[in-house]
Amino acid sequence: MKKNSPRITMTKTTIDPSSLLSEVSDPKAGGTVLFIGTVRDNSDAGDVDRIIYDAYLPMAEKRMAEIEEEVMRMWPVRKVAAQHRVGELRVGEVSVVVAVSAPHRAEAFEACRHAIERIKHDVPIWKKERLADGQERWVEGKAMTTAEEVTGSPRTETG
Amino acid sequence: MPIRVKLLYFGQARDASGMEEEEFTLPDRSSAAVLLGESSAAHPKIGTMKRSIQIAVNEEIADPDRVLQEGDTVAFLPPVAGG
Repeated sequence: MKKNSPRITMTKTTIDPSSLLSEVSDPKAGGTVLFIGTVRDNSDAGDVDRIIYDAYLPMAEKRMAEIEEEVMRMWPVRKVAAQHRVGELRVGEVSVVVAVSAPHRAEAFEACRHAIERIKHDVPIWKKERLADGQERWVEGKAMTTAEEVTGSPRTETG
Repeated sequence: MPIRVKLLYFGQARDASGMEEEEFTLPDRSSAAVLLGESSAAHPKIGTMKRSIQIAVNEEIADPDRVLQEGDTVAFLPPVAGG
């Protein structure tokens, strides 16, 4: 299933969303969806100045690759690319990008949505908010699903 | 024969232990739960959060009753929040 050699990585440097669009470019694609996650200036804790992302890098890259395989298996997509930042990010900086190309828009939207939900919930990444008042707090997370569950059926989530 | 394992702390667990990684020597046939107990004894704040910690052994999620082997890398993973 690796025929399209997608790029799924964790990165310590600035993400260029256009490079992911290039990665998923495909003559058999009629629709491409690009999701860009950015650091928001507020949370339920107050005004946010920075977010510091930490990750268990080798495990995170494995999980990202599993998510990509899952997406390729569940939808007739052409290519998937995703990158997630680690380190300290300012408001407005890009924290995560997912790009999916597919023959038609419906599967491109669905597959991209699925991939970002998985990345948010099932990859060992943690984030700490530094608030405008200088306080720091870890963002409340949830337990990852197991590898067996990851290979299961799609689920939809908000948040 | 005792075994040596490497333990990695992430997220809140890193703050709770005050360190990124630590080596432990455990009795042969020790489970991951035993390691969690040893870590909690050394770092009381780990003890207070241990119910929320998922355990990974060699980069895969593992049950607490997983028996550890010499040279295993174990990670304590608090609830995750990517994106």
